[in-house]
Amino acid sequence: MLQRLRRRVSGTMVAMWLIGLAILAVVVVGTIRTLASGAYSGAEWLDLSIYGIAQGSIYALIALGYTLVYGILRMINFAHSEVFMSGPFIAYFAATAVDDAGLLEDQNWVFGLLIVMLVAMVVSTTVAVLLERIAYRPLRRAPRLVPLITAIGASFFLQYTFLGLFGSGIRGYPEIEALKGRMMIPGTSIPILRTQLLVIVAAMLMLAILYIFVQRTKVGKAMQAVSEDKDAAALMGIDVDRIIVVTFVVGGALAGAAGIFYVLLFHQVHFFMGFFPGLKAFTAAVLGGIGNVTGAMLGGLFLGIAESLFPNLVLDGLGIPAPYQLKDALAFVLLVLILIFRPSGILGERLAVKKA
Amino acid sequence: MKKSFAVLTVLVMLLTALAACGGGAALECPEGDVCVEVGPDEPVRIGYAFVVSGADVTLGTDTKRGVEIAVEDKGQILGHDIEVVGEDSLCSAEGGQTAATKLSSDTKLVGVIGTNCSSAARAAIPIFCGANIPTISPSNTAPDLTDPGRPEDYWCYLRTAHNDLVQGAAMAEYAYGAGFRAAATVHDGSLYADKLQQVFSGKFQELGGAVVAQEAVGPDDTDMKPMLTRVAAQNPDFIYYPIFTKAGGQITKQAREVPGLETVQLSGADGIFSADFMRAAGDAVIGFRWSSPDFAAFGAGYQDFLAKHEAKYGEKTLAPFHAHAYDAAMIIMAAVEKVAIQGDDGSLLIPKKALVQAMFDTKDHTGLTGNLTCDENGDCADPKIAVYECVNADPESWNPGASADSNPMKIWP
Amino acid sequence: MQKRIRFSWAAPSPPDLAATDQVLPFAWSIPVLSGVIGGSIAVFLSLLGMVEVSSGRDIISDVLSMGQVLVLLPLIYATYRSVNQTALLACVDQDKKRIAPWLFLAGALAGLVSCALLALLVLIGTTVDLQAFFVRASPTLYDLLTLGMGVPAGLLVLLAIGALVGILLAAVSLLPGQLRRSIVLGMVLIPVVAILHSTLFSGSGLSLLAAVIILLLVGGASYLWSSSQDTVKERVADLSPARQRNMRLGAWVAAGLIVLALPLLGAYPADILDMIGLYALMGLGLNIVVGFAGLLDLGYVAFFALGAYTLGVLTSPEILWTGVTLTFWQALPFAVGVSTLAGIILGVPVLGMRGDYLAIVTLGFGEIIRLVFLSDWLKPYIGGSNGITRIAKPAIGPIVLNNQQGLFYPILVGCLVVAFISLRSKNSRLGRAWMAVREDEDVAQAMGIDLVRTKLLAFATGAAFAGLAGAFFATKLTSIYPHSFHLLVSINVLCVVIVGGMGSIPGVVVGSLALVGLPEVLREFSEYRLLMYGAALVLMMLNRPEGLLPEARRRLELHEADEELEDYAAAELETLPATAAAANPVPPGGLTESGDQ
Repeated sequence: MLQRLRRRVSGTMVAMWLIGLAILAVVVVGTIRTLASGAYSGAEWLDLSIYGIAQGSIYALIALGYTLVYGILRMINFAHSEVFMSGPFIAYFAATAVDDAGLLEDQNWVFGLLIVMLVAMVVSTTVAVLLERIAYRPLRRAPRLVPLITAIGASFFLQYTFLGLFGSGIRGYPEIEALKGRMMIPGTSIPILRTQLLVIVAAMLMLAILYIFVQRTKVGKAMQAVSEDKDAAALMGIDVDRIIVVTFVVGGALAGAAGIFYVLLFHQVHFFMGFFPGLKAFTAAVLGGIGNVTGAMLGGLFLGIAESLFPNLVLDGLGIPAPYQLKDALAFVLLVLILIFRPSGILGERLAVKKA
Repeated sequence: MKKSFAVLTVLVMLLTALAACGGGAALECPEGDVCVEVGPDEPVRIGYAFVVSGADVTLGTDTKRGVEIAVEDKGQILGHDIEVVGEDSLCSAEGGQTAATKLSSDTKLVGVIGTNCSSAARAAIPIFCGANIPTISPSNTAPDLTDPGRPEDYWCYLRTAHNDLVQGAAMAEYAYGAGFRAAATVHDGSLYADKLQQVFSGKFQELGGAVVAQEAVGPDDTDMKPMLTRVAAQNPDFIYYPIFTKAGGQITKQAREVPGLETVQLSGADGIFSADFMRAAGDAVIGFRWSSPDFAAFGAGYQDFLAKHEAKYGEKTLAPFHAHAYDAAMIIMAAVEKVAIQGDDGSLLIPKKALVQAMFDTKDHTGLTGNLTCDENGDCADPKIAVYECVNADPESWNPGASADSNPMKIWP
Repeated sequence: MQKRIRFSWAAPSPPDLAATDQVLPFAWSIPVLSGVIGGSIAVFLSLLGMVEVSSGRDIISDVLSMGQVLVLLPLIYATYRSVNQTALLACVDQDKKRIAPWLFLAGALAGLVSCALLALLVLIGTTVDLQAFFVRASPTLYDLLTLGMGVPAGLLVLLAIGALVGILLAAVSLLPGQLRRSIVLGMVLIPVVAILHSTLFSGSGLSLLAAVIILLLVGGASYLWSSSQDTVKERVADLSPARQRNMRLGAWVAAGLIVLALPLLGAYPADILDMIGLYALMGLGLNIVVGFAGLLDLGYVAFFALGAYTLGVLTSPEILWTGVTLTFWQALPFAVGVSTLAGIILGVPVLGMRGDYLAIVTLGFGEIIRLVFLSDWLKPYIGGSNGITRIAKPAIGPIVLNNQQGLFYPILVGCLVVAFISLRSKNSRLGRAWMAVREDEDVAQAMGIDLVRTKLLAFATGAAFAGLAGAFFATKLTSIYPHSFHLLVSINVLCVVIVGGMGSIPGVVVGSLALVGLPEVLREFSEYRLLMYGAALVLMMLNRPEGLLPEARRRLELHEADEELEDYAAAELETLPATAAAANPVPPGGLTESGDQ
């Protein structure tokens, strides 16, 4: 009986691997044919990678919000995309005020930008904490799907509250003169957009700080403990409720910062802006192994690069027209591919397999 | 509880039926026609089917406001107030079908302004026509809706929006005439953008130009630089992206940041001919060229309209079709005045088929978008397309057609 | 109903009531807090523009508009909360008359505070340009809130209305139970009937006379019913078993006939019914995947899309590359077949994944299908952004079902067949295997359940149902576009299943009615549909997470904790003297409704 069962399971394993290998083969063939055609120069490939890293570091920041909450509450905080949206949306009013005061010109822009960023982070954090308090806390012990549906509902509610209160128009952030144009990455001869350099450096800095926070500080260790076992953590004298709030605060602040980086690159805010970045960031979190902080960072970067580089690299060689239309589809195919070979993500923890 | 509820509903229905029976009008409906009766104190009811929720809500809100202002301006029809009822047609076939079904079940409804999207229209038009309700759209531009070979059950449908065929071809003629030879196009998967770029590409190649790249993005995509890098590899001198504000703004802004595209001519269509687009695109919008209805043909009324809009809604117009919606509403209301049979007691009888005919007969209607004349296929737009160039990046300076050198400036024809 | 006692955070101020020597607590914080809550909601609704938008619609012609109802509702909630909690605080549930003055005070104060917040909004709005931030804060709104009487006068009237509502509500709360319930029911039914009436018949609001009649009729009927309820039940119980069975059979037949006659209400109700039916079909399919087998599928729309597109490609005369143009019935098996196959193909790679990994991969699958259908790549075959038009309508003999009314019947048959299959498989060996997998995969496998076969069957059955729904969807619209197969459809279907009650077959139908039908009735608020949808989902999950019509087993699972809590609370109360029961016996994290909010 057991023997037969084992044989069957391994049979499906073979089928899975075959599907995986087939996808992989198509990807490789496409890549080789694109590269062989020589239609794109090395500089262009480099540019594509840099675009991907900039986008990916924003995904990584948002993904952390998903992964931190998931690690502790085992729930997908679907409304995190609205946490991400609310910060830069409200900070828009601050940004126009700061701009009117002349604080985004000349040498002042760093100060002005910091004010705007602070506003965004405070707003996002507030929304995240309110969400936890009103919608999630009463459901701590409910079956898994209940908080998920609550989160979906909260996401709709927030999105359309912003639409109702602030209108449906697209608002363009004021531009910062000092950040326009390209420069060389210091110490190299690689050209990069100033905004991208700023975003990448700042995001990496924040990721590093967060990593140290989680690994080294007392609160960070408490977060890890709560994510391992809530009850045991409580017995060890950890205030679980407080740690959960801290998690939402950290996730919200990161999302707010990500929101400002997002508008530095893309300048627009509107009520629906959170949906797709949120979806991508969630994908990134799963890709990296949900619940794993380093995994979310890696997943975000990988997804950013995959979106920017792979449509051209893979689909062009296969003769598919307008490949960037399919970039999300390709990203998801790659996700399936990775999950086939590593069912719990790049850095998936054993806990994710066991409890998920 | 359930029982009493059922009894109640029946009771309510009986009551309303009785109320309706009370005021029997003595007017007679022309033979073979279907009439709407409007009692002495009743308002004339017109409807709209726009997208008023979801991601495309700006388009619907914009046109809805156009209709509301038109109704305010009109005030009354033959001594009757005007009531506007609306349904959400979304930007999809199912939304169009539901909205059309709902509106058609209203026997007091005289005419409908809608839909916003051609996909919604294809599902909605047969239902409106089945109920003999004249339908006029401010923003459906797909050519097949007013094609000479259009299905018979489109007989009640007209539009004040210009056909894609006109606009796409005009842009191609302009581009070729201005010396551009290698064009690239980008669409966003919408019917509107895809059709426009097809027409443009066809015409441009016919004239002798080359279309070096036809790319596509998603309407919510933000990072356009990878796609633009791909376009840059083909060395175009002209990029045409007839898409919407969100993605259009991103492409405009990011094209200047991609090596090889710093000086390429960027262009789009009326879907992004708005101050909102300038706001989204920022400084990079300088030198951008749009195809759009020729504002030289627009009446002075348009400036009044904009002032009213801002006073009423506290923001500038959101999308480019408010004026078309205004005109569409005005055409319906003018046609109602033409065909309505007036009773002695002030009641009205409005024959719907005659109303459709009166709308098709519209000639030289002075609207915001020009002098409108409807042809036998339902195209009412005044198809004078001009090309405008942005000369000032400040969205506040947005004032097309005010004078010869106001921003954006008319450069063709 | 168990009554909870909730004590205020503020120190009770003991009033001296001459008639008794008992000390009754009264907390000022209750009315103030209630007023702030109600007022905030009213301000929120006003700033959203809901008040303004709905002010054009009459509930009672020339007397009461929907906009006014929207302002009144939070006001009523605030005063109700205030009066109720004040009464609870005084522990005089039986004999409220003793504290009547205090109840009037609590109601009036809460109403005043609520209206004061609205008045504040008007004051701020008329002095500062709020519209730069809140686009709906227009002069029209202020006009509405001040009843068109301008700033000083209108504000005073507003405050007076607030106080009046509070006093009226307190008065109603003093009435004897049955009478009170009847009045409340009548008051609730007036707007409901008015909304239904104007939705279905596109009319204006009720006349004042009709409203009064409703109030009297409903109030009277419910009063009579509540007094004669028991005798009716007894009489039914006295009947012979055969007659009882006949009665039940008669009821079923009557219900069946009513359902069959529903489309005769008109094209619009039929259209809503069709959509409800389609969502019920999909819901029943997803119910198998998520509800029975516990596999969280967020990409269910993919199978729906495949069904629709297969039918479109095979029946549309515009698509030539297939070389055939089939009729609807010929193409239907292919549509179901292709979806089923896709279910199996998707099923294989995700066999090893669990929980959220499964969720995101299926979600990705849904997006892949939509994007590929939209792409320029497959445009020559399936139309790209142009979609597929002129899809065949089903014909039965010479009758072509070319409208929404006719289509209701095949959809109904589809629903019945699918419900039958679900019901049969639920209690079969397979159904029990699904549930075992849902509860614990490892244990199920150890018990000898073939995981591969069980999971693949769940995916395949679910996909087949979705394919069927897709085929009906395509023929209903006669034109399909990739945009119709958005991720939101998957989420909506999932919500249908969960709101109805996971694993429960009648629940899916109820969920579909609630989530697809109700928003249609409230189309007037179409701009706010998703906002209300979101709020309803959150409130529902907080208060009734097991769904509207839950499966018995799941209800038990969800409420086990509750019962423990109640035991605990009861024990707690017994051990303490009544006056000292101040400790709020609601432990953290319980699923119970917290307090009586």
